[in-house]
Amino acid sequence: MGLLGDPTRRAIFELLARRPSTVGELAQQLPITRSAVSQHLRVLKDGGLVVSRAEGTRRIYRLNPDGVTALRVYLDRIWEEALTAFGKAAQAARVDPEQEDA
Amino acid sequence: MSITNTIPPLTGTITVDVPVERAFRVFTDAFGSWWPAEYHIGQADMAAAILEPRAGGRWYEQGVDGSECDWGRVLTWEPPHRLVVTWQINGQWKYDPNPEHASEIEVRFTADGPDQTTVELKHRRLERLVDGQALRDGITGGGGWTSLLELFAKAATNQA
Repeated sequence: MGLLGDPTRRAIFELLARRPSTVGELAQQLPITRSAVSQHLRVLKDGGLVVSRAEGTRRIYRLNPDGVTALRVYLDRIWEEALTAFGKAAQAARVDPEQEDA
Repeated sequence: MSITNTIPPLTGTITVDVPVERAFRVFTDAFGSWWPAEYHIGQADMAAAILEPRAGGRWYEQGVDGSECDWGRVLTWEPPHRLVVTWQINGQWKYDPNPEHASEIEVRFTADGPDQTTVELKHRRLERLVDGQALRDGITGGGGWTSLLELFAKAATNQA
């Protein structure tokens, strides 16, 4: 589930959460080329996080309003972080015998 | 339109080098000590996150200003092996009090040995959150996801 693991892809996802945008608008706000933006958008589209539609000559990208995948990906990341943090806390409790009586 | 299809549950597993009783206790009694503070829903910064140790107990956060925000309820309390809580935080990063929109988190603690425990987490019934429609509204409206993603971005930055 590495869809949002890439920092640039996450930045694009966050920008689209704020406002539906074209490739050019996204590229202006990021230190990467339009073609790199397009590549990341393709991955996000394939992963179901982003949809697009044509508006005249422009193509507007936005988060998939169905949102199921976005929610799953987001929660998945929360649990991964939370379990890692829990693991550290549990390991710390192992080396601290005082914890036993706490 | 129907989005009542079942959404596959999320799962996570971690193995820790402590007895099962202690793993359960760290997860529950000391919940606020390890839960990433970036993930909270109140307006105020989070001062504490609390999981009440009984079936029917509250699961909530306290803000630094004393305000409280519910996250869910404890459904099953079976120390030291099993815990089920509801997750009622929707796509607008708000508590949804309607129990019919409650997703569920089951956590199982299995002793691999006297000093090793495997913790398995399953976040299920996610379709109930979606059926609450708030998720959809949150994404199309922008506001909810914006604030949620700002928290998310903050967490990512802090990690870097």
